[in-house]
This record gives sequence, C-alpha cells and structure tokens, in this order.
Amino acid sequence: MQTTWAYTSNYFVYSAMAVFTIAFIAHAFETAFAVRAPESADSTQGSLLVKTLDFKRTEKTARIATAMMILGFLLLFAGVICRGISAHHVPWGNMYEFSITGALAFTGAYLVALRKYDLRWLGVFVSFSVLLTLGTAITLLYRNSAPLVPALKSTWLVIHVTSAIISGGVFLLANVVAAAYLYLERVESRGTRPIWLQRVPSLEVLDQLSYRLVAFVFPLWTFAVIAGAIWAESAWGRYWGWDPKETWAFITWVAYAAYLHARVTVGWRGRRAAWLCIFAGSTFLFNYVYVNVWGTGKHTYSGL
Amino acid sequence: MRTALILLMLMGLAAIPGSLIPQRITNPMAVRDFISANPQLSEWYDRLSLFDVYGSPWFSAIYILLFISLIGCVLPRSLEHFRAMKAAPPATPTNLSRLEGYQNFDSDKDSLSRAQTWLKKNRFRIREDSTSISAEKGYLRETGNLLFHLSLILILIGVSFGSLFGMKGEAIVNVGERFINVPTSYDNLSFGKLSGDKSLSPFEIKVDKFVAQYDPQTNAPKDYTAWVTVTDQGKTSKRIIKVNKPLTFGNTRVYLQANGYSPVVTVRDSQGNVALQGPIPFLPQDGNLRSIGAIKVPDADPQIGFVASFMPTNSRTSNQGAISIFPELLDPKLLFSIWKGNLGLDTGIPQSVYRLDTTKLTKVGLGSVKPGETFTYPEGSITLETVVPWINLQIVEDPGKKFALVGGIVAVLGLLSSLYGRRRRIWIRVTNGRVEIAGLAKNGAPGLDEEIQKFVSAVKGEN
Repeated sequence: MQTTWAYTSNYFVYSAMAVFTIAFIAHAFETAFAVRAPESADSTQGSLLVKTLDFKRTEKTARIATAMMILGFLLLFAGVICRGISAHHVPWGNMYEFSITGALAFTGAYLVALRKYDLRWLGVFVSFSVLLTLGTAITLLYRNSAPLVPALKSTWLVIHVTSAIISGGVFLLANVVAAAYLYLERVESRGTRPIWLQRVPSLEVLDQLSYRLVAFVFPLWTFAVIAGAIWAESAWGRYWGWDPKETWAFITWVAYAAYLHARVTVGWRGRRAAWLCIFAGSTFLFNYVYVNVWGTGKHTYSGL
Repeated sequence: MRTALILLMLMGLAAIPGSLIPQRITNPMAVRDFISANPQLSEWYDRLSLFDVYGSPWFSAIYILLFISLIGCVLPRSLEHFRAMKAAPPATPTNLSRLEGYQNFDSDKDSLSRAQTWLKKNRFRIREDSTSISAEKGYLRETGNLLFHLSLILILIGVSFGSLFGMKGEAIVNVGERFINVPTSYDNLSFGKLSGDKSLSPFEIKVDKFVAQYDPQTNAPKDYTAWVTVTDQGKTSKRIIKVNKPLTFGNTRVYLQANGYSPVVTVRDSQGNVALQGPIPFLPQDGNLRSIGAIKVPDADPQIGFVASFMPTNSRTSNQGAISIFPELLDPKLLFSIWKGNLGLDTGIPQSVYRLDTTKLTKVGLGSVKPGETFTYPEGSITLETVVPWINLQIVEDPGKKFALVGGIVAVLGLLSSLYGRRRRIWIRVTNGRVEIAGLAKNGAPGLDEEIQKFVSAVKGEN
C-alpha cells in the first residue's frame, strides 16, 4: 500500500514535468512568434526594418502556456499529497521531498502573483527552473518514501517547514525579478530594448516588484526562524545553538533586513538594491544546497 | 541608525566562519579531528577563537555594540513617536493642489461636518480649524516598527540572561536505574557565568522502560519512548519522555537525547569470586548501534580490563570484521580483548570510562560472548548476563527563554504592522464655496487614491 502511493506520487511528478515542459515551450513560442517583421520598410525610420510585437497573434499560445502552468501545479500538488500519504506524514522528510514541495511553492508564488501583476513574461524562467529542480530531485535526490525520524515528529514540522518553503519560493521569485532588472538595465544602457524584451515591464516596475515580494514575505521568514527556534527548544533542548542551518537562516534574515533598510531608510533603488536582493537570495540557496548536502549539524535530513 | 545597520551586517558576516569551521559547542569531536589533522593552522584558529566563534570576544563585541546602538536608536525614536501620537496632526498646508490625489468641487454648508464624520468613523486622528481639517492615520506602522526593534533588544536580553544564569548537563541512565538531580549524578554539567547559587531543582527520575523502534527497510529510527517514574517535591508520578516531549520542572526541562546499550556483565576471578557486576554503558558508533566500551575490573588481582565492542545484531564482513546490521537486539554479541596489569585508576588522572589505555598492560586473549554465555580465561571469567538500554538525559535550565519567546512573538507582530501598515494624511479645506481635498502617503504606500475617492463621495454626500 505504502509503495503504491509512492509510485502514484512519482507518476504525478513525471506528468507534472511533462506538462511544465509543454508550458516552457509554449512560453518560448509565445514570445518568439509575437515578433512580426514589417511588410514594408518604414519611411520614418529610413531604410531600417522596424519589427513590432503583436501578442494578439499568440494570445492562444499564451493562454495554453498559463493553463499548462496551472495543470502542472495541480499535478505536482497531487504528487506531493500522494508522497505524504505514502509516508503517513507531511512530505518534508528528506531533500527530494523538500525539492518537490519547493518547486510547488515557487510555481504557486508565480501563479498567485500572476493574478495581480502581468508576469507572463516570467513564465519562461519559472517553468524552466521548476523543470530543473524537479529533474535534479528525481534523478539525484530521490529516496524511497520512509517514516520520519523521531526528532521530526512534531506539529512544528508542518508550521516551520511550510513557512520556510513558502518564504523560499517568494524569495527566489524576487531574485528572478531582480536578475531580470539587472539584465534589462544593461540592455537599456546600451540602447533600446530588443523587440522580444518589450513585453517585460519597465525597470521601475521590476524594481518595485522585487521589493514588494521581499517586504511581503519577510515577516513570514522571521516567523519561520522563530517557529524553528521554538521547535528546537522542545526537540534539542535549546532554542538557538548556532547549528549551520540556523546560522545561515540568521544570515539570510540579516541580509534581507539590510535590504529592507537600504530601501526604506537609506533610499537605495535600482542596481544596488537588485544586487543586494540577489545576494540575500543566494544566502538562502546556499543554506538549502550546501548545508543540506555537505553540511554537518542537526539539520541533516536530506537523506543523501 | 546606520551604525546599527552596519553592526547587524557585521554580525551576519561574523557568523559565517562558525558554520564552515567545526565548533566546540556543536561538534567537539570534529574540532579534535581538525586539530590533529592541521596542528599549525589550528594554533592560529585557536588564537582567533575560530573554534568558539559564537562565544569569542570579537563576536561578543559586535553584539554588545549592536545592542547599545539599537537602544541608542530606538529609545529616542520611541519618545518622539509617543509625543507625535499625543499631538494633533500638522496644520493643513496652504497649497493643497501640489499634493497627491488633489480634487476640488463646489461645497455646501455640510461639507466640513460630513468630512469630519467620515474621518472619525474611519478612525483618523484629526485637527480641525475653522475652514479646514487635517487628518492622519496609520501610526501603527511606526508603532510596529519600534515594537519590532524593541523586541530585538528583548531577545538579546533573553539570550544573555539564559547564558549567564542558566545551566546545562547530561547524564547517562541505564534502564532500571534512578537519576537524582545532584551535581554528582551528571556526566557533564556546566553553569552560566553568574548563576550564583548552584542549587539544582530536587527531583528524581527512575527509568522504568525504554523502547526504540526502527524501520526494518531503512534501519532509520521511527520512535523513542522512555517510561519514567518522577519524584518531585514528595509527589510521585508516572511520565513518558519522547524526543519532542521533554519533562518540565519550572524553568528546568529534561530531554531524551540519545540512547545506547549497556551489557550487564559479571566478572569473576580465578577463585570464582565476583569482582564486578552490573551494566556498563557502551558508546554507539553508527546508525546500527555498533558500540564500543571498556570494562574495568580494579578489584580483581591482577587488575583486569576489557577493550570491547558490542553488536546488537551481530554479523561479519570480510573487510570490516564484526559489524552490526540492525540497531535492535536481534542477535547481540559482545566481543573483547582481555588485558591484565595496573589499570592506573588510582593515579588521579581522569580517564574516559569508554576507553582503556593498554600501553602498560599485557594482553591475555580474545573472546566473545552472547547473552547467558560465559568466557573463561586463566585469570577468571566473564559472563554476559543480559543487555539493557541506556538513555542520555539532557537537563537544561534557561531562565531567559521566556523573554526571548515574548520578544519573538512581538517581533513578528511588529514586523507585520510595520510592513503592511500604511501611514497617510488627508486634508480638506472649504473656502469661497469650493472644497479642496488632497492627501499624502508616506513611503509610497498604495491605495491612497481609492481612499480619497471614497472620502470625496462621502463629502459630496453621495452615500
């Protein structure tokens, strides 16, 4: 019974990967085929051929792309749920399970943000990074579904890990936006944007967006760290012990606190703020990858 | 402000080496290995306290400075904010048309009173003049901001209070034995620098039973449960300790931290007199609880010592020799080498109870026993009676953790209201039959236009 659910979960994850691949292709197709060469040379621009973007032509593809993202999200959600059922616990017992849940949170963050902002241009990056995460998870990190070790048997697993994973998903989304900002800023400093980038919002909007995402999720990250401390107090006998994972969670917290202060009190905008945001996001990634895989300490649940 | 920020960043940077270099507080064994592998580098590391980053003078210096600088920042701001909250909002500016969301339209005689009603209903703080109203809302933003920073100070107080007045110790207790909370019962015990009276709360814990469950496929632990009888202030009760469920005695908590096996042995001399009898705790070496230990028999003549390993489920491989293949007692076996000579227990030099220094001893032989079996050698015999589990109790007293917890909760609440709160002002002036309305959102908070629109329709009497 246990293995049946685990297999079902794997099928769901594989199907989600197929669907995300379609979403990725559709997103790429959408942008590529919206570019329209002019039928005749524009007299006002001399002999230069001015291309235009016509998203009406690819509206259908765009809809397919978003629909596929939603379908992929649902399939992955089913995969995570089945994994949980197979193991009789929330599926956060090892790094494979963290990764598929993280990919789910990242897709979810994108889809929620998509309702409010015109973020479809991000779809290419989101579908690609989700594919990359799932691919790594299923090839390198896969472990058989197993019961939780005693230290993880606690309600705090749900509270602490949910908040940490959601924060991580949003932090990474903010990072993608900040990276897009930096790239576009370089492009714009050399001249006008190439046609396929005209879809992407203005630098100002990107700058604001990455700040909003961080400001929105920073309290949740603070809560995740504090919830972890409360849990550590009941599982390990101390609420803070400078375990590598704790240390890096603290460093991430400090980096984002510095980012928020730099923006709100010192008034950093644009390039400097984007770099700081990316730096803070990388401390989170470092914590996830390095401490889980090569690190020592009490947070060694990766199963690797 | 800037100083505090720089110090906070510095503290983040200073925390990094501690996560890359092994630390004495978290992993003393790794530190010992590192020192023996890199003796010269380690000397420098030690000089810079790099094995004790979080207790080092330079780390403490950063956080004490941060603490002072935070207080220096937050207290004056709190006073200022308190005054601002008591004072009326600033007077209406003369030129409203330069501000955000400016609108003007014809007035009637009730314009101002409708405006006042709406602003009061929406809990704005207002200042009324004969022709204008100045209103402000969203003080919670700054209140939250200050509360958040004050709570950081509270957390720092909690942490230092805990480390100065707290206590932490560990004790290995065999199943069937009793732990009495006095300093001599501990295997190691440390007090905070200022915990003056070293009195421990007077409780006793008798370990009745301990069960560890393992997953048969992965050998990973599934559950640890200890059944204990607790005597505290004359009252006796049956309790259960699990990994996430410590026992609590006031500020003191008792945790189930580790477990292993104690072979119960009887060692006899050549005449058959019992020289040693009882459980000997062995130290687990891997996930399958292959354990090592030393059995020291100073009362035999000559003195006898055993360098032993214990396998809960014994097996052999060609390259590793004896190993354990499962952590439960499925096929237990005790393997040992026997040594005779002066064990050196009366020299006053402390020895590990798990190791035997064999440099001055003579080897007698090799042997192994299963439960119930006796192994005989020229100087006597050893019998493995049975095997009992032991548990490692960690006893911690932290009087500062309540402050840290309150600080943590306030920090999150403060952050929420400071990051999601919106501080804005709205003005209305009625002159020469015209109503002028404008607003100002601090920190570019969104939603001011919609709010002004609602205000305008209320002033026009549209709803």
